[in-house]
Amino acid sequence: MAAPKPLHVDVVAADRQVWKGDAVNIIIRTTEGDIGILPGHEPIFANLVPCAARIITDDGKQEVIAVDGGYVAVDDKGHVSILAQYASRSGEISREGAQQDVDKISRMMDRNEFSEDDVHRLHLAQAQLLAAKHIAAQKD
Amino acid sequence: MAENLRQLRDRRDSVATTKKITRAMELIASSRVPKAQRKVRSAGPYAHELKRAISAVASHSQEDHPLTRPVTDPVRPGVLVITSDRGLAGAYSSNAIKAAEELTASLEDRQEIKVYLCGRKAIQYYEFRERPVAHTWSGFSDAPTYQNARQIADKLLADFLTPTEEGGLDEIHLVYTHFHSMLIQQPRVMRLLPLEVVDYEEGEESGEPEEDEEIFHQFRFEPDAASVLDNLLPLYVANRIHFVLLQSAASELASRQRAMKSATDNAEQLIQTLSRKANQARQAAITQEITEIVGGAAALTDSTPEE
Repeated sequence: MAAPKPLHVDVVAADRQVWKGDAVNIIIRTTEGDIGILPGHEPIFANLVPCAARIITDDGKQEVIAVDGGYVAVDDKGHVSILAQYASRSGEISREGAQQDVDKISRMMDRNEFSEDDVHRLHLAQAQLLAAKHIAAQKD
Repeated sequence: MAENLRQLRDRRDSVATTKKITRAMELIASSRVPKAQRKVRSAGPYAHELKRAISAVASHSQEDHPLTRPVTDPVRPGVLVITSDRGLAGAYSSNAIKAAEELTASLEDRQEIKVYLCGRKAIQYYEFRERPVAHTWSGFSDAPTYQNARQIADKLLADFLTPTEEGGLDEIHLVYTHFHSMLIQQPRVMRLLPLEVVDYEEGEESGEPEEDEEIFHQFRFEPDAASVLDNLLPLYVANRIHFVLLQSAASELASRQRAMKSATDNAEQLIQTLSRKANQARQAAITQEITEIVGGAAALTDSTPEE
């Protein structure tokens, strides 16, 4: 059987297109748990939780993108769209900055003074931290 | 006479300073317009994806969602007015406020209208007239971010989802300024909630063909269609608000650029007239002096006794 065509992936955030390209594997965390998407996946539409999405491109590279929720949609033509309000590629993330954000917002939450917005920021920062860890693990 | 000449020169100099300022503002605004337009464009892919997803889910399931449920007899509408923070943008803010006034006048028969304001100009307008305002936002009118849009969306959604009996809204309208081109920006009224998912847009996006509707039919939803829709619709509301904020920002900059250009032109004309008047006054002073000297000399010769 001929290998199915690679997936066409679009990652969009509210204010820009974050990444676009062909991929052979996507690992992403939905509200129901991690799923892997390979070429030829059935059409699916899933809500995401804040996570680091890992995309293996067709030339074997790994792209890690932190998303703060949103959804992933796969259609029967192999087109995958990952949509999140905020998303950032691993290259744009500073691990220290993300850690600081997590610490700061967690402290605010301990004191019980936080807004909807802070929760979002916490999720994003946690996702960024995860993404940074993946990258670090890859380098070792 | 000399007094007059000095006054004219002083005025000319002060107009020249004003001209420098308005020229600078014009240049700043015109360099920011393309940036604002770029932002509108780069938000396009997100809006497009979201639109596709929502029409997919909506066509797949006949879910009844509180955000899309049509209201038969609305009693408490909300109005969000988007204006600029700063003046010197021609009629930009007052046009938007005028459109909002027309809208509120047409909603007059409802029990109570709640007004939400965005931009300092609208806030000033309502404060001066001592009208009640439900909530205000300001400080980002010429460069709004998605975060600003989220804050507004969160507040509006919370108020919309409150039951009407407890002071919640049952309809939300937006007043914003649509950016047609550098020359034309029009205030527009749009109903934000309840959402109309089908045919809500008239070619604002890139005009992608919409023939790919039917490919969404055999989707599997995780966890299920209702919760996917639950997740999508608030995103969509925030996206709409983001879109109108970006449009308004582009419009604000474009109309500021136009206003400042005509201010610069006026200043130039004024400088010209004032220079002419100043030259005339100077010439008049010289002529008068000469006449005086000649007259004086003549009088002297006349009065000198002949020897």
